[in-house]
Amino acid sequence: MAAMAVESAEDGAARTLPSLGRLSRGLPFGRAYGRLGNSPSGRLILPAPLSQESGDPQRTALLLRKAWTLYSVTPLYRFCRGRLRDYARLLGAFIAAERQKGLAVEVGVELDIKVALSSLPELQGSEQDQPAVLVQLSSRSRASPKNSEDKILWSGCFCCVYGDDLSENMPEDFTCLPLFLANGAESYMSVVGNWFQKTFDCIFRRLAISPFSLTWMVAMWTGCKVDKATSGVELVFSVPRLPQPLDISYAIHPEDAKALWDTIQKTPGEITQEEVDVFMDCLYSHFHRHFKIHLSATKLVKVSTAIASAHCDGIVKMLHSQYLSGVLMLLTELAISQIQ
Amino acid sequence: MAVLRPFDKLPGLNSAALLLVGSDEELQQKLAEAILQEKRDFKISIHIATSLPLPSERDHLRPRIDLIVFMIDIKSKCSLKNVEASLAHVDATFFLGKVCFLVTGVGRVNCCSIETNAVCKLGEAYCSPVLFCELELEGVRVATAQRLLRMLQICAGLVPGFSALSFSLLMRNSADD
Repeated sequence: MAAMAVESAEDGAARTLPSLGRLSRGLPFGRAYGRLGNSPSGRLILPAPLSQESGDPQRTALLLRKAWTLYSVTPLYRFCRGRLRDYARLLGAFIAAERQKGLAVEVGVELDIKVALSSLPELQGSEQDQPAVLVQLSSRSRASPKNSEDKILWSGCFCCVYGDDLSENMPEDFTCLPLFLANGAESYMSVVGNWFQKTFDCIFRRLAISPFSLTWMVAMWTGCKVDKATSGVELVFSVPRLPQPLDISYAIHPEDAKALWDTIQKTPGEITQEEVDVFMDCLYSHFHRHFKIHLSATKLVKVSTAIASAHCDGIVKMLHSQYLSGVLMLLTELAISQIQ
Repeated sequence: MAVLRPFDKLPGLNSAALLLVGSDEELQQKLAEAILQEKRDFKISIHIATSLPLPSERDHLRPRIDLIVFMIDIKSKCSLKNVEASLAHVDATFFLGKVCFLVTGVGRVNCCSIETNAVCKLGEAYCSPVLFCELELEGVRVATAQRLLRMLQICAGLVPGFSALSFSLLMRNSADD
């Protein structure tokens, strides 16, 4: 295995296509080639930020500023994009049946739940990616007047951004949409998840983000150019094995963080493992100098930047429409590495 | 002498000494206890340290170290840095089969803070095997203890016809396959 790792280094350097390695999912015996965390080259090429004209910004805006819980989904069997209306109807019936059984209800609320499935072609990376599928559960209380707006109870989004590694060798009947974002009550998630699992023979699993992946995210997002940085870079660490849990929050002024990253990054649009390590080491040693605490011995649980914030439990908030594609690309990779 | 040397002391009769270097003392204790519970026909002494160099005051009381196990916790970057700093205090001749890297905490895949490839490269650079384990699970802990005990036995020269160097070459060749 050690020898194999050495050989792949040469392959990685020779590849001219953007090699989107995988973020480490911490598997120690991980495949040495092409994995961001485990690859010897450890290089990531960033996609260019979305131009404002591509697609309808309004539709993708519904992904912004919401806390999404991440799931990885195995490929869907015999998912037909033309039948979205039928699926919506079937899912609605399933939800109604579950509520009859007494599951997935908020007690004492009389609601008609309407299901809508739609395609979001804007959320796509390469041409091989499947366009995203949006699932929305909305309700209208029976008490409210007829033409009042439906309230969206729960949203879910299947997407795949640059998921070529997964969709490459996929047989025809399968649709690859490995990343699932969920926003709303957990009870609806379990009902919707059950229906999709039964209907398309797929499996949903919670996607957690390792501290190692979080360091990549913070390095990448700090480097992104924003017109005016509204919030700084914040890192939250949890200290293990203390009688009372202790959280350390480390906030950095956005311009300082960007300046630091700019001195470290050598090639614009490309990030290597060493650059991420140096960036984090600088932050840690600065903290140590002031507080005599070794942050490298603690667990990084949350990172927040002006672009997005991510929590190690697999909860992500995207804040900037321009870099939406980049964030989703990372998350798609994490999802794919959990599936494979 | 700040640097640990493999052959600067006389060996004890039918005995072996193991040195565990790592930042997590609790885990080292657990591993040491697991090793001591294994059946063996030679005397064993386990020394635990958080980092090298070892304090020189008690150097004359220490036996000859036969195997050094550097413990790296996958959840803590600090432990990797600690090990890297300690490696400087080990004489080069130790790396002829008498050093091993033990990566712990691999059961919790989602808490990984270090790049596992970096650890593998470290093992390659120092020509020493890298073992992965999860010491919180009893089965794996016992298995790891058995492996380390066997390696210790070979490194102490207690297995006739088999030296530490030949064993490390054997491990490297089988890893490459």
